[in-house]
Amino acid sequence: MRNPPALDVENLHAWYGESHVLHGLSLTVGEGETVALIGRNGVGKSTLMRSIVGILPTRKGSIRVWGADAIATKPHRIAQLGLGYVPEERGIYASLTVYENLVLPLVLSDRGMSTDEIFELFPNLKERRASLGGQLSGGEQQMLAIARILYAGARLMLLDEPTEGLAPVIVQKIGEVIQILKKKGISILIAEQNLHFAGRIADRFYLINEGRVTAALDRDEFLASRERVEVSVGV
Amino acid sequence: MTTTFEPNTITTTPKRTTTISRRLPAVGVVALLILALVAPYYFYPFLLMKLMCMALMAASFNLLFGYGGMLSFGHAAFIGSAAYIAGYAAKEMHLSPILAIILGMAAATVVGWLFGLVAIRRRGIQFAMITLALAQLVYFIFLQAPFTHGEDGLQDIPRGTVLGFLNLGNSLTMYYFILAFTVAGFLFVYRMVNSPFGQVVIAIRDNEARATSLGYNVHGYKLAVLMIAAAIAGLGGALKALLFQIATLNDATYLASTEVVIVAVVGGIGTMVGPIAGAAAVVGLDWFFAESEFPVMVINGLVFMACVLLFRQGIVGTIAAAFEKRRAQGTEESKDA
Amino acid sequence: MNDLFNALLPQFFLGLVNGSIYALLSVGLTVIFGLLRIVNFVHGAQFMVGAFLSYLLLVYFGIGFWWSLVIAPLVVGLASAAIERTMISRLYNIDHMYGLLFTLGLTLVLEGLFRYWFGSAGRAYVVPESLSGVVNLGFMYFPRYRLFVVVASVVLCLGTWLLIERTRAGSYLRAAHENPQLLRTFGINVSLLLTATYAFGAALAAVAGTLAAPIYQVGPFMGTHIMVVVFAIVVIGGMGSVKGTIAASFLLGIAETVTKIAFPQAASMAVFVIMAALLVLRPEGLFGRQESTR
Repeated sequence: MRNPPALDVENLHAWYGESHVLHGLSLTVGEGETVALIGRNGVGKSTLMRSIVGILPTRKGSIRVWGADAIATKPHRIAQLGLGYVPEERGIYASLTVYENLVLPLVLSDRGMSTDEIFELFPNLKERRASLGGQLSGGEQQMLAIARILYAGARLMLLDEPTEGLAPVIVQKIGEVIQILKKKGISILIAEQNLHFAGRIADRFYLINEGRVTAALDRDEFLASRERVEVSVGV
Repeated sequence: MTTTFEPNTITTTPKRTTTISRRLPAVGVVALLILALVAPYYFYPFLLMKLMCMALMAASFNLLFGYGGMLSFGHAAFIGSAAYIAGYAAKEMHLSPILAIILGMAAATVVGWLFGLVAIRRRGIQFAMITLALAQLVYFIFLQAPFTHGEDGLQDIPRGTVLGFLNLGNSLTMYYFILAFTVAGFLFVYRMVNSPFGQVVIAIRDNEARATSLGYNVHGYKLAVLMIAAAIAGLGGALKALLFQIATLNDATYLASTEVVIVAVVGGIGTMVGPIAGAAAVVGLDWFFAESEFPVMVINGLVFMACVLLFRQGIVGTIAAAFEKRRAQGTEESKDA
Repeated sequence: MNDLFNALLPQFFLGLVNGSIYALLSVGLTVIFGLLRIVNFVHGAQFMVGAFLSYLLLVYFGIGFWWSLVIAPLVVGLASAAIERTMISRLYNIDHMYGLLFTLGLTLVLEGLFRYWFGSAGRAYVVPESLSGVVNLGFMYFPRYRLFVVVASVVLCLGTWLLIERTRAGSYLRAAHENPQLLRTFGINVSLLLTATYAFGAALAAVAGTLAAPIYQVGPFMGTHIMVVVFAIVVIGGMGSVKGTIAASFLLGIAETVTKIAFPQAASMAVFVIMAALLVLRPEGLFGRQESTR
């Protein structure tokens, strides 16, 4: 029997209070795949991620993480499915030290990286391990946010705009980290507005508009139709 | 959504609450008035008078919390000061009951002003905690002050006569006397809430920052509402002192503040008749359990807990919401047809 | 000069004892407020129940002070956990004032029930034998039990502070204070954390109750006045700052008893007057940051 995909979203509807944001969105992320969500601000990329991790409670449709029903799972149990989430605002706790932030998640499997391995991957986090989260730069926060879910042992990662507002050098570094994650066989769903960056790291692409998938492209199609994509997402 | 009142959140519901009370058929109000006029012939006037005093106090709390967004846990200070001052004026200064009531209300207003000086800049939970602490301070002042006679309280307060011939010693006369003040009090609150002043107050409750940026003197408005509410609570307290012919420390304890909160919340916050319904419920429970051994305090507490958990809109709010729902369904059906 | 000193010193130590009880109560209140955003009005009643349980354990079962110090907080903590799970947790998504109102109702029920069962009169709890007598502090004699209360309170308050600032569990608490929703995505059961925090705060109140039983009279309303005092202290301490609350508790406990020397009648008003003065003179609070009521 084939393994279920890392993530399988089908006909998902989601609401913020009264406002209906996702209108029957469907997509999949296969095991070890890196999939990019392309779309303007406000088309529902963040909402999708928040729906998957259960921060947004009003959802209808189906979300399966490694075959398990994520909607029926309590939010704190979703992490146990092997899901790690890096929110757009990074979610670094300002009143916790870097080290406390790093070891915050419950480690639920032996897949989790040790702090030594993580500090090897992110040497500057090691230097700043005693600083408070609130004192980190944007790039450091992003590294820490990724490091944190590596510590937890996530094998499916949701990265919401990881390069947003960061200097090119840092974006470069994040690209390298993602390549390492790919080599480790981690499945990644990444929301990205930087098409160049997305084109470098992702295997497949979904164009999102008004809470729906408007096109699914593989790598070649994406690279071939860059201009069309740029027009359609208005970047 | 319902017509629950949620302070400090931007909702569209509060407007609906006021329209409901505005649309509340005039028939209902007239019926209530007629009921109030004949009630003492069918029911214990004393209980009804107590009910009206409570309703006035709760109307004050409701004005402050429901329309002004200020949760007061210190109503005992307003009630207690008015009761003592009115009692003192009637007993020691031999003033007429109306003058005594006015002096009592004035005392409560001054206390409200002092509370405002300390607490008006604090919002929500802090405001509640501070008013509670200040009321405790007032309690200790009354405990020490010689004119309150400490634990004994001011006893044998004369009810006196009004206009020289209406002897308030007569329980029916006293009933209509209190009824007149209650009707006046509620009319005043109604007029105020629906005045431009009241609309500004509601706007401040819904979004203080926005009201400030529109150029309103937010703290001035809040202080004014607090003083008006204190005066109305004082009216209830003064009437109660004349009714029971005694003013004691009990009126100034935190339990007195608590009772007001319960009456107002059970009746329905942000509704005009809520305080009356709440007072009726609490007086009714009181009366019903008076015979039994079981302490009323526990019953009140349980009712209140249930109310906060399950019927946050209170008696009147829940009924109004049910009506609203039926009406909405009705219009929907007629639209379909 | 020496006379004044001799008059001040006992009052100072008496104030420390009261401050110890205030500190245990206000720390619990602050921790609960910090995480649940609820002002736990029933804290005073939980204090009273703690004292009453110890009294009942002694009178009806012959169980002494030391066991009571364990059993009473445990019972109060577990009962409070059950109440949080079944009722208070339903109020988190609405205005925080409803939490205050709900716990007010609970207070009436508890105080009413204890009065119904045991009457309003205060009952004396005998000081445990191992802590009776006085200690020579070198410059004055001080009841051994009261000294124990001060030490116990300081240890527990410091322990709570360390628990929050220095441990793994504490990092969950701080994280949950900042952003509880995200914390859930890291596999942490935030609802359970809230329940545990509530139970912990209530248990601290019960510890305070047990410690207070031999000092104050045990009665159904022993928690009402002290509760209002502690509210004022928490406001002075800056709502949500554990350190500020502990400091304010001891300072105000001392201020209260020292006031007694100059103005005996004003002692019980001192805390409220100080609170009012601070609010007028230093609107941002004694210890800086003012917590906004979200």
